[in-house]
Amino acid sequence: MTKALVLVELKNGNAKKSSLESIHALASQGVEVDAIAFGPDTTGNKDKVAKAVGGQGAKKLLIADSADLKFYQPDIFTATIAATFKAGGYQILAGSASSLVKDLFPTIAVRLDAGLAPDCVAIKIEGASLSAKRPMLAGKYFATLKFKAFPAVVSLRPNVLTIGADSGQSAQIVATPPSGSIRAKTLEVSGAAGNSRPDLTEAERIMSAGRAIKEAANFKIIEECADVIGAAVGASRAAVDAGMAPHAMQVGQTGKTVNPNLYIACGISGAIQHLAGMKTSKVIVAINTDPEAPIFQKADYGAVGDLFAVVPELTKEFKKLLSAG
Amino acid sequence: MKIAVLVKQTPDTETKANLGAQGLETTGLKFILNPYDEFAVEEAIQLRDKLKGEAVVVSLGPDRVVDAMRTALAMGCDTGIHIKVSEDELKKLDSFTVAKALASALKQKGPFDLILAGKQAIDDDALAVPQMVAEFLELPRVTVVTKLEMSADAKSAKLRRAVEGGAEEVIEVTLPVLVAAHKGINTPRYASLPGIMKAKQKKVELIELAALGLSSNDAKVTYEKFELPPEKAPGKIFKGSPQELAEQIVQHLRNEAKVI
Ligand SMILES: Cc1cc2nc3c(=O)[nH]c(=O)nc-3n(C[C@H](O)[C@H](O)[C@H](O)COP(=O)(O)OP(=O)(O)OC[C@H]3O[C@@H](n4cnc5c(N)ncnc54)[C@H](O)[C@@H]3O)c2cc1C
Repeated sequence: MTKALVLVELKNGNAKKSSLESIHALASQGVEVDAIAFGPDTTGNKDKVAKAVGGQGAKKLLIADSADLKFYQPDIFTATIAATFKAGGYQILAGSASSLVKDLFPTIAVRLDAGLAPDCVAIKIEGASLSAKRPMLAGKYFATLKFKAFPAVVSLRPNVLTIGADSGQSAQIVATPPSGSIRAKTLEVSGAAGNSRPDLTEAERIMSAGRAIKEAANFKIIEECADVIGAAVGASRAAVDAGMAPHAMQVGQTGKTVNPNLYIACGISGAIQHLAGMKTSKVIVAINTDPEAPIFQKADYGAVGDLFAVVPELTKEFKKLLSAG
Repeated sequence: MKIAVLVKQTPDTETKANLGAQGLETTGLKFILNPYDEFAVEEAIQLRDKLKGEAVVVSLGPDRVVDAMRTALAMGCDTGIHIKVSEDELKKLDSFTVAKALASALKQKGPFDLILAGKQAIDDDALAVPQMVAEFLELPRVTVVTKLEMSADAKSAKLRRAVEGGAEEVIEVTLPVLVAAHKGINTPRYASLPGIMKAKQKKVELIELAALGLSSNDAKVTYEKFELPPEKAPGKIFKGSPQELAEQIVQHLRNEAKVI
């Protein structure tokens, strides 16, 4: 039987949904899956996490915790995962294509003498063969990669694959000692505190504004609407370059690639580089004063109007709808 | 300080995808220096100017990639190393093999105190080759770097890297190290006309991929199939007062798209 190790990341003490997507993708194809998680956060929440990963089909939850692991330490993660992978007789290493995994997996692939298929939107296991589909040239086309042999290292784009119904099973918790020594040391993480909105790359709903928002303070009307529907807030590069939003909010080819169920673009023209970051969103809404704006060609629903007038109305309508249940 | 800068030549961002049996048709494509690599080149030049030493630009690909290397040389890099493969062979290489080739060239021509690269190439968006090169060289690496501060003795560095949710990690590392640069680390200069003239005279050493003992047989993954994304059906456009527009949107999101 093919065995896979899936790296599980936590947010606010819970296994991220995107990590569970990887477990389900493999377990649902008959692969025997174990999960591995790092850090004090994991230890403190181990029963909750074991239930979440077990519910998607993971047999074991390996927990690698030490005082060193308050922050992401790539050297420790690499050494620990590589050692666990070899000792456990795994063939596949998988995880969600988060910023951590994108940084980490290429290093582990080399250490395991394995191939890498990053940021994939589909994965198929048939016997001893693994193939995966991934977007190329910012989604202008797709390529299917096939591994010549195991081991295989794969990351899956968040929000593309689904999770399964919770089986009610819990994974068996196994403490795993971290190994390796730190060369590049993460000293601290700064800047993210106080933001309760979801991460752009993992958000199921996103509301973005472009140059038309005119100034940073006006993002307030977007945020008010976004908060009603639990959406993350994004921006076009024009808005970022003009200093109306930080680069971390930029969606597009040179910003974040996002894949929500709902993307609402306000005052964004729909340049190819912006589309590259969001066109795989399941439902796209555009609000724009210009009926000829290219964004309307990609939108499922377009509203020709002034965002400063439409967005506050939209906030009201969402509130009405959601308070009615 | 001896610095290597890894660069890739990529199709222009406006490229329209014409697919053939081996993937993107390259004939007639407009190629550029990968935008993120410009940040790596700029960082290398600034550090070379400050700390003295040399900045060597390294690229793998067919002869056309020398154009991207000339851009880096025109910006101010000193010399180049071109690992040559044919257009056909290049299509069969994976990140693993490319990284192995770059690492073995760096080993031959090194040691380097600092290796710089762009965090990602805009054609395959894999964010993989820099970390893989570091691992082949058994060096630490820091990716998506928005700030690099060298210590006074240039033996260690403090870096910031962008992570999810707008946060930044602060990292300390002893050299040698590989750093993959992100937007924000600096503002890349434009190549000046005298720079472009001078670049033509700068030495670019050629190494065949085979001379490094590698070929597409070393690739761990093969590309099997290429396809264009499915076309989306045309959407609905609403007109009316702001309130009517908002009602239309919300009603369709609830009853038709069922996402709210
Ligand atoms: C190499 C490269 C990489 C790039 N990467 C990215 C990227 O990652 N992300 C990105 O977004 N862009 C990127 N760009 C830039 C891209 O080409 C566009 O310039 C940018 O997306 C435009 O942003 P915008 O739609 O906000 O502004 P504009 O194109 O100026 O559009 C503003 C829109 O707002 C509408 N509008 C004006 N007033 C109102 C109002 N009151 N209410 C409603 N609508 C209104 C206008 O009709 C217009 O359609 C990149 C470009 C290059 C060359």
